[in-house]
Amino acid sequence: MIDQELVKKVAHLARLELTESEVKQMTTQLGSILDYFEQLGELDVSDVQPTTRAIDVSNITRPDQLQVSVDREQMLAIAPDQDGDFFRVPKILNN
Amino acid sequence: MASIRELHQQLVSKTRSATEITQAALATIQQLEPKLHSFLLVTADYALAQASRVDAQIAAGEEIGWLAGIPIGIKDNFCTQGIATTCGSKILSGFIPPYESTVTRKLNLGGAVMVGKTNLDEFAMGSSTENSAYQVTANPWDLTRVPGGSSGGSAAAVSAGECVVALGSDTGGSIRQPAAFCGVVGLKPTYGLVSRYGLVAFASSLDQIGPFATSVEDAAILLGAIAGHDPQDATSLNVPISDYTQSLIPDLKGKKIGVIQETFGEGLDPIVAEAVQQAIQQLKDLGAEIREISCPRFRYGLPTYYIIAPSEASANLARYDGVKYGLRAKDADNLLSMYAKTRAEGFGTEVKRRIMIGTYALSSGYYDAYYLKAQKVRTLIKQDFEAAFEQVDVLVSPTCPTTAFKAGEKTADPLSMYLSDLMTIPVNLAGLPGLSLPCGFDPEGLPIGLQMIGNVLREDQLFQAAYAYEQATEWHKRTPKL
Repeated sequence: MIDQELVKKVAHLARLELTESEVKQMTTQLGSILDYFEQLGELDVSDVQPTTRAIDVSNITRPDQLQVSVDREQMLAIAPDQDGDFFRVPKILNN
Repeated sequence: MASIRELHQQLVSKTRSATEITQAALATIQQLEPKLHSFLLVTADYALAQASRVDAQIAAGEEIGWLAGIPIGIKDNFCTQGIATTCGSKILSGFIPPYESTVTRKLNLGGAVMVGKTNLDEFAMGSSTENSAYQVTANPWDLTRVPGGSSGGSAAAVSAGECVVALGSDTGGSIRQPAAFCGVVGLKPTYGLVSRYGLVAFASSLDQIGPFATSVEDAAILLGAIAGHDPQDATSLNVPISDYTQSLIPDLKGKKIGVIQETFGEGLDPIVAEAVQQAIQQLKDLGAEIREISCPRFRYGLPTYYIIAPSEASANLARYDGVKYGLRAKDADNLLSMYAKTRAEGFGTEVKRRIMIGTYALSSGYYDAYYLKAQKVRTLIKQDFEAAFEQVDVLVSPTCPTTAFKAGEKTADPLSMYLSDLMTIPVNLAGLPGLSLPCGFDPEGLPIGLQMIGNVLREDQLFQAAYAYEQATEWHKRTPKL
């Protein structure tokens, strides 16, 4: 069910560069983990509502007031590369 | 090491200063770290500065809190302002958080003395602390064995007396399992009781912060100090926090304790089973009424968890992209390849595996079959617990199917590693409080853990049952020979 092509596709979605040997290993391991998940098929859940969080709290709001946030200089200082007020990244489009 | 109560007494009676207590802890750390590797970072100067502030308060006649001057270890997935936080991952090497987590801020304000950041499985993903990108922590009871995980550094440090108490986080058993393996008390509170602000996120609907201690009383004191509503965490519960030390009553008359039948099946080490059965008998002798309870969907917890947790992790860990902080791969010629190379270099094998499982389970065409299905099974598991708590006050089970395993024994087979969290995972799925405490030793001298599970926000019931059992037994008095 899961093959190397699918593993490569998922790795791309996850922005993970995998080596050929990692692709092989992941294909085997994900295969056996997904097989293990099959046992959930024993349960009939057609009329069951999903639980998104165990203890439900919803619609938490607060007044829309300005608050002191983390210092901008400090945030920029811990970035791998920065230019003035910006985070610097490699070029987005290839030539 | 002495208890919080004893140390507090020494401080207020001025028989010992916070500086002396801190120096003693740092000396123990220095002596034991070459064997144990519990700490990723020892914050000696920071600790001594905090201790001298506490000493100044005492000298000025100010009243100090329970945790003032108490050496504490902090799992290295809590953001500590100005102090490196790695999460056991290379992707955060060199990361110095610009802000402080809510719980460590509370502890700092209360005078607690952080002596260091403890080792963990990378991003708290693992059951042995072997997934740390930096070092392998040894079990203080047998250095060839794992301390459990993911909070293995905190568990080992408390067990070995490198600090009095420690903080961990528990997503599927990461406090209770290492507590069992290291012979200490570990508690995962009700989801939402403790603010997760500043805890590096793994699986947000499951993560919860809790204490490690060598006694139930110390765990109760530490929980009291970190619990409470926090506007910075929208999932934190706005409920009154009781004084948990008031629940430390060594009597179980009138209490109903349920034994989860499904946890005594296949895969359980007979020695663990026997120790837990004896503990149940002891709870009965203390006055509790024992009932057999069935949670038929309990065993589906493991596959459910290994869909939900990686799915949430794959989303949470998308933030590690080499742009804002942490590692960036050097030789990328465009943005997309920079992301993929940074994440390939920065994440370890288990983290990659879980990101892959999660991305797959959430991807188009598979969502209903995996993630949605798992969330529905989560409802069924929760219903089993709800039915159980209509009959009893506290549920008990073994914490883990076995005692601590050998380092390297399970690293090649992810599924066999996952199985060690079989009994702790359903508790996270239902958001309930769970505690592990020592209930015996196997013939090789390795600790065995008893798990107690409470109803929502009934930490008080857990503390009472655990305290009564602890006071009636001697297990907690044993310490590892190092």
